[in-house]
Amino acid sequence: MDAIFLQFLNGLDKGGAYALIALGLTLVFGTLGVVNFAHGTLFMLGAFCAVTLRKLLTLEQVVLDTENLTAWGTATEIRTPYVEAWFGDFGTMLVDYSVPASILLAIPVMLVVGVAMERGLIKHFYRRPHAEQILVTFGLAIVLQEIVKHYFGANPIPQPMPAAFAGAADIGAALGMEPNVIVYPWWRLVYFGFSIVVIGAVFAFLQFTTFGMVVRAGMADRETVGLIGIDIDKRFTAMFGIAAIVAGMAGVMYTPLLPPDYHLGMDFLVLSFVVVVVGGMGSLPGAVAAGFLLGILQSLASMTEVKAIIPGIDQIIIYLVAVVILLVRPRGLMGRRGVMES
Amino acid sequence: MNSIFSMSRKDVITFLIFSAVVLLMPIWLQPFGAAYPDLMQKFAIFGILAIGFNILFGLTGYLSFGHAAFLGAGSYAAVWTFKLFSMNPIPALIFAVIIAGLFALAIGYVSLRRSGIYFSILTLAFAQMSYNLAYSVLTPVTYGETGLQLALDDPRIADAAFGGGSDVALPVSNLFGMVNMNGIPGFYFCAIFLIIGFFITQRIFASPFGMMLRAIKSNQNRMSYTGFNTRPYTLTAFVISGMYAGLAGGLMAVTDPLAGAERMQWTASGEIVLMTILGGVGTLIGPVVGAWLIKYFENIFSSFNENVLHNLFAFLPEGIEKFVVEVTSMFVGEGWHLTLGLVFVLVVTFLPGGMMEGYRRIVDMFQKKDDGDGKASTKSDAATAPAE
Repeated sequence: MDAIFLQFLNGLDKGGAYALIALGLTLVFGTLGVVNFAHGTLFMLGAFCAVTLRKLLTLEQVVLDTENLTAWGTATEIRTPYVEAWFGDFGTMLVDYSVPASILLAIPVMLVVGVAMERGLIKHFYRRPHAEQILVTFGLAIVLQEIVKHYFGANPIPQPMPAAFAGAADIGAALGMEPNVIVYPWWRLVYFGFSIVVIGAVFAFLQFTTFGMVVRAGMADRETVGLIGIDIDKRFTAMFGIAAIVAGMAGVMYTPLLPPDYHLGMDFLVLSFVVVVVGGMGSLPGAVAAGFLLGILQSLASMTEVKAIIPGIDQIIIYLVAVVILLVRPRGLMGRRGVMES
Repeated sequence: MNSIFSMSRKDVITFLIFSAVVLLMPIWLQPFGAAYPDLMQKFAIFGILAIGFNILFGLTGYLSFGHAAFLGAGSYAAVWTFKLFSMNPIPALIFAVIIAGLFALAIGYVSLRRSGIYFSILTLAFAQMSYNLAYSVLTPVTYGETGLQLALDDPRIADAAFGGGSDVALPVSNLFGMVNMNGIPGFYFCAIFLIIGFFITQRIFASPFGMMLRAIKSNQNRMSYTGFNTRPYTLTAFVISGMYAGLAGGLMAVTDPLAGAERMQWTASGEIVLMTILGGVGTLIGPVVGAWLIKYFENIFSSFNENVLHNLFAFLPEGIEKFVVEVTSMFVGEGWHLTLGLVFVLVVTFLPGGMMEGYRRIVDMFQKKDDGDGKASTKSDAATAPAE
């Protein structure tokens, strides 16, 4: 029972990442009607925002200390990051919290990238067949990831989490169970909380703002909204930017859990597409629910007890679920009737 | 004359020219510096792969993102035949094609219940499942990360019975103990299959079956309303296309007897799609041209490194030279995929019919000039998704 609960928790952070990417995918699909194969790459770009910021923050100032000589008789080098030299304790803290701080960098960067991508390329593919949308965004994904590879190399770059969150939380004890049975890394908990907040924010934005209302109206009937005299295209472009920001932030916060490399996005993209299909093409709550569901299922399937019954199940469970869902209930768990149904 | 061989005059000419081009590759590729066996084998093998993929995507419009699974299945089947039965490539290829065909039948039967993007995702899901399983549970069969290789103590029943093969070195696949399958003979072996494959495709394109597939692409609903059950047709196309991929996978194993799971990864499927689109979806020759172009430029571009670039741009003034080298180095060598991705985006955006459409446009331009009536309006064979 404890083991199951633990795996359930383990699935939450991964599920959070799936849900955030799938949410963006669904937003883009629901508004622009475009199947965006480059969405995972936005996740990856977000992760590399964190890498870049950390690189900048840890640029070091080298001071030669001629008093203390090394064993070779040369002056000892004292290396301090510029930020620490300039800001003292605040600088140290900034370096420590580089990952969460990167969100501030990621938001404008991803907004620019997203809007540029939409205006530059995707705009021209609104009315073209889905197959061509898939192909062109697939090409774009290759281009983006190769550019990242050129500048950051092919190896994963580990990002440390803030020291305060490095440990693990004894959740079992907090819930009145035996201590040290259910121990859960703090950062995963943070990630889960973060994903809930972001998802909540996106939903609140769509639900409670005029802008969101117009967007929802546009999703339901684009033409009529256009006839009223609203420039719906502009708002949809903004939604693409928001989707890019969501994916980017998801990527930033995920870096301590998985060192990012250039094909991180593609790895997540395939899974996220599956998530979207399971949740139902065009359904935002469906995407979120399916994200968490599949994350949890995946981590339950990787329990040794389960693997003993069906070997290899942890590797294929997500795809298996997708196949079954697509065959039994093609519009997904919460898909609306008539959205991309054959 | 058998009815199967009654081809239109145009088809015969196309076929003869194609065969000549393929068979004379070692000669006409010489000036391009590509006339060495390894590369030409790749040309032939990936040509087969692209042709096969085109039967599915080009004719029916179903975009499969999991074709590499069949390629991998074919490779594994072929290597296992080498290990257990004989180093003769013929049984290995037969087995590879059969296995890939069965595999395609199973996957196609399930996937083809959906069309459009759902089909793409289903095939992608199946391919990823195969890839993940090949890496984990199926390691006794696939040897996981090390990949399936020949070993000295393989049984090779048939070879042992006929006393072929030595015990000291790893055997090379050979045709009835006579011709070794590496180098130029290996290329011709693959080339013959490419030509046969091309011939079969030509026949399919010209047949009522091919017509039916095109009809499915243009409007599947209408086909159903007229009373056709379209699924057997699409399934047949899917299986044929899977068998081509299996053949290509088998040939890969013939020319280089090892198989690894990375051949099944979805990026490999993506490469097949790239080739077909780049050349021209739905045309006969396009996919082969696309495969050749990609493999050729991959070879050329990957061999560039900083030194070569410095030599190339040595005539420029120092500062500019440095900058030019810096910029170009992004696109060559390791960065070859960047070039590929860019070209691909441009092709899909501006030339959805690929190279073949480009060629037609150029021809049209000149013809317009000639007769001046300007009626040349070729409709592009661009990939349209099946009706959803």
